[in-house]
Amino acid sequence: MAERIDFQTEPARYRHWKLKFDGEVAELVMDVDENAGLFDGYQLKLNSYDLGVDIELNDAIQRLRFEHPEVKVVVLKSGKDRVFCAGANIRMLAGSTHTHKVNFCKFTNETRNSMEDASRHSGQKYICAVRGTAAGGGYELALATDHIILADDGNSTVALPELPLLAVLPGTGGLTRVTDKRKVRRDLADAFCTIEEGVKGARAVKWRLVDQVVANSKFEQTVKDTAKKLAAQSDRPSGAAGIRLTPIERKLDDKSVSYSCVRIDIERDARRATITIQGPAAAPPASAEAMVAEGAAFWPLRLARELDDAILHLRLNEPEIGVLIFKSQGEPAQVLAFDAFLEANKTHWLAREVLHYWKRALKRIDLTSRSLVALIEPGSCFAGTLAEIIFACDRSFMLIGSFQGDNRVPATITLSPANFGTYTMSNDLSRLATRFLGEPESLEKAKAGIGKPLEAEASEELGLVTTALDYIDWDDEVRIFLEERASFSADGLTGMEANLRFAGPETMETKIFGRLTAWQNWIFQRPNAAGAEGALKRYGTGVKANFNPERV
Amino acid sequence: MPETTNVDYSTKIPNNVGLTDDQRVLKALEQWHPGYIDWWMTMGPEGFQTSDVYLRTAVSIDPKGWAKFDYVKMPEYRWGILLAPRQEDRQVNFGVHKGEKAWQEVPGEYRAMLRRLIVIQGDTEPASVEQQRHLGKTAPSLYDMRNLFQVNVEEGRHLWAMVYLLQKYFGKDGREEAEGLLQRRSGDADKPRMLGAFNEATPDWLSFFMFTFFTDRDGKMQLESLAQSGFDPLSRTCRFMLTEEAHHMFVGETGVGRTIERTCQAMKEAGIEDPYDIAAVRKLGVIDLPTIQKKANLHFSLSLDLFGSEVSTNAANYYNSGLKGRFQETRIEDDHELTKASYPVSKLVDGQVKMIDEPALTAINMRLRDDYVADCAKGVDRWNKVIEKAGVNFRLKLPHVAFHRHIGEFQNAKATPEGQILSDAEWSKKKDQWIPSTSDGDFIASLMTPCWERGKFAPWISAPKVGIDNKAGDFEYVKIHQA
Ligand SMILES: [Fe+2]
Ligand SMILES: [Fe+2]
Repeated sequence: MAERIDFQTEPARYRHWKLKFDGEVAELVMDVDENAGLFDGYQLKLNSYDLGVDIELNDAIQRLRFEHPEVKVVVLKSGKDRVFCAGANIRMLAGSTHTHKVNFCKFTNETRNSMEDASRHSGQKYICAVRGTAAGGGYELALATDHIILADDGNSTVALPELPLLAVLPGTGGLTRVTDKRKVRRDLADAFCTIEEGVKGARAVKWRLVDQVVANSKFEQTVKDTAKKLAAQSDRPSGAAGIRLTPIERKLDDKSVSYSCVRIDIERDARRATITIQGPAAAPPASAEAMVAEGAAFWPLRLARELDDAILHLRLNEPEIGVLIFKSQGEPAQVLAFDAFLEANKTHWLAREVLHYWKRALKRIDLTSRSLVALIEPGSCFAGTLAEIIFACDRSFMLIGSFQGDNRVPATITLSPANFGTYTMSNDLSRLATRFLGEPESLEKAKAGIGKPLEAEASEELGLVTTALDYIDWDDEVRIFLEERASFSADGLTGMEANLRFAGPETMETKIFGRLTAWQNWIFQRPNAAGAEGALKRYGTGVKANFNPERV
Repeated sequence: MPETTNVDYSTKIPNNVGLTDDQRVLKALEQWHPGYIDWWMTMGPEGFQTSDVYLRTAVSIDPKGWAKFDYVKMPEYRWGILLAPRQEDRQVNFGVHKGEKAWQEVPGEYRAMLRRLIVIQGDTEPASVEQQRHLGKTAPSLYDMRNLFQVNVEEGRHLWAMVYLLQKYFGKDGREEAEGLLQRRSGDADKPRMLGAFNEATPDWLSFFMFTFFTDRDGKMQLESLAQSGFDPLSRTCRFMLTEEAHHMFVGETGVGRTIERTCQAMKEAGIEDPYDIAAVRKLGVIDLPTIQKKANLHFSLSLDLFGSEVSTNAANYYNSGLKGRFQETRIEDDHELTKASYPVSKLVDGQVKMIDEPALTAINMRLRDDYVADCAKGVDRWNKVIEKAGVNFRLKLPHVAFHRHIGEFQNAKATPEGQILSDAEWSKKKDQWIPSTSDGDFIASLMTPCWERGKFAPWISAPKVGIDNKAGDFEYVKIHQA
């Protein structure tokens, strides 16, 4: 794990996926190169995947939305003969640290959610054409699509064999999507999850595991017809040209990563990193066309991409950095001008994509298992969209007035309509609605403050920040908070924060990231799976696992 | 008495497993029976269902004299359930359960694995009948026609054998799988048979002989390893099937041998010394030896694919669980657990074929394949004796295991019959030298004219040394009544 994991790629560099375009339908073909695993020690046989495969998938899904507004339906299929996808590579899992496994699962979950997000919010539907076996993560990929077509050839099956085969759970939303999305009856779901070889043919339809089974000879045509039908329902523009997601510019060294409008500074001894966000340098473009012309340089898009990359980098490459400090620099009025621009153009396809991307990037912050803290100081621009970062944090500190010898005006927070529903969390509520779950009047008061620059004491009064401090107390209070945070158990903090962040209703996403992931992470640690005689360790050797029968 | 060495013909389904006392299974099999007959009528030998064929039928499971010969119309053949005699105190002889009493019922935890093994084996049996169904029309003699039909009815019986296990031991799932075995069709785009070689065409009689030599021999190896199973009913079933399988391989080996013999004889008579003078040899109306080599290359490589991946978790699980052993497991001298042993596996490393030691448990398929290759080589030697005896300067060879493969280590490589790795371009240029081309196929097809006269043989094949059941040369093995 010495090497840095890079989340940036592009189709020309893909090893495992192919994108094919035919008007409003695109094919996303999984054809994993078994010798191109991210790490040594395993081969990605039978279209099994590791993080490297999923990084490309994530990139492809993202590009389909931004670079291909004309694509209304994506057909997910396999490039291999008798196998659709065998799921996450088991030897990779068996050889990975617990930390890597958890981060891997989280990222793959986020990627599958982004497929569903494209379908639900962006008119880009996914069809899964399953020929061959779709097992474990392979079936979970299918589950993330809108419509699953299974070949009726006696060989093609869907399966969640994790329990019987590996003594673990399907870790990418499988159980949740089976019961909550496909609404498979619980006893049938129970049977399904214990049948190692899976279910095929008519029974797969009867149990609602797939939408249809089709004879081989009619398979291609059925997929085509279904794609056409779904495309007709899409509200994506016909004939619009996309923008190119050009490579992100980054400079890395041991202590920092700098992007065009994000900078990470790492204090390794203190195990914390400061993420500083740079506000826009110019006013928003004059029109939607001008925004398209700016393409990937359009500030909100550029910032979202850089912030997303920064968070992923910290998650995978800096596991010992326990606290992330968010700061910002810039002109709040300009941030708000971009919010107003996006709001005014929200029916334009690109503005819509940018807004949904911000929603996903913010969710990624919500789901990052580090202590998150916002420091709001003079010169900052936590307004509108950027204020969401404060609300994503576990704690926030805002300076009252100015530091000594600093003649800048005091820091403010300005809310915009974007803070009230544009960027929903996994629980389908806005961050402010979640924050004020028990005090609806506070939410109303905050709403009344839209557009007003709120200084520290007013922000504290409205409940938008945890603590307002003047310069006399600032250094000490912030230092003590950070030192205390560093002294707690990392595991305890991860559990506590994850529980406190998502108040309110359960959704499929919260269940996946909360319930399913927590169970999985527990099972991954238990000897029955991960012990020397556990199922994960013994998989592939032919020697049986030795289970401790005690129920906990 | 539920189990005997003699076959009970009082039931609709002849058996030695006490079906009369097992009403549940008898009923299930009787329900399956019409579907089977339906399959046989539509997919069995085409055009000869009303002919009288001189077939052997099992009357006992005693290795001596288990069969009797008589004329039978194939749809009236008494397909039955025949298991080798039960051995008292038989044990699981390998894997983690070694030393335990052999299982008479399916252990719950292995139910899915065992069912899969049985279904895969079962699927091959009707598949070959389907592949061979058009061959009767072009039979080179009544003798060969009978042999074809004997093989066909016995493959049908092997299907029965597997279906019995499914019906008796695997409940509702087993019944569904038994149905599935009648639904799939060799070469069908929608419902193909499960394994590759069983979806290939068997277009001519040389293919049929090659198939019974190479592919039925894979069947033999699979049955040999299932005969070692700790699940006793499977073991006993396979042991009896092996007695029938021997005849199938005999048909293959002697069929190819007689083809070679006739070619050499014709060459000598015409004074052709160069076996590579293909045009001259073909003019004689016999199949030239290089083309026979190409056919062998093709069938050998397709049959190797049936052994699966050289390194296989499934195979390791089957072995460790005591479900599927090695060839002649009990005669091998080791610990029969293999948790510490290793076994050399041929692999493609940096563009070269190398032997790499792998944990023996995961290399079970490789080991069985090695035993298979050795078994094939003996047969090829006997063919070479025929060529040698005729004084023709030619030797048939088994191609390298890397040649023309679609499964396992070499599936993405192109290799010569000697095992040298080639580029895709070189392969496309040269492959017609190594596997039969369309024109080779057309030439063989042109020789496939029927010869149904008693005691006569098509000009491309020699007569056998002895007749079936010691019958005289002009015996009427099939009384043809064409429907
Ligand atoms: Fe057979
Ligand atoms: Fe056979």
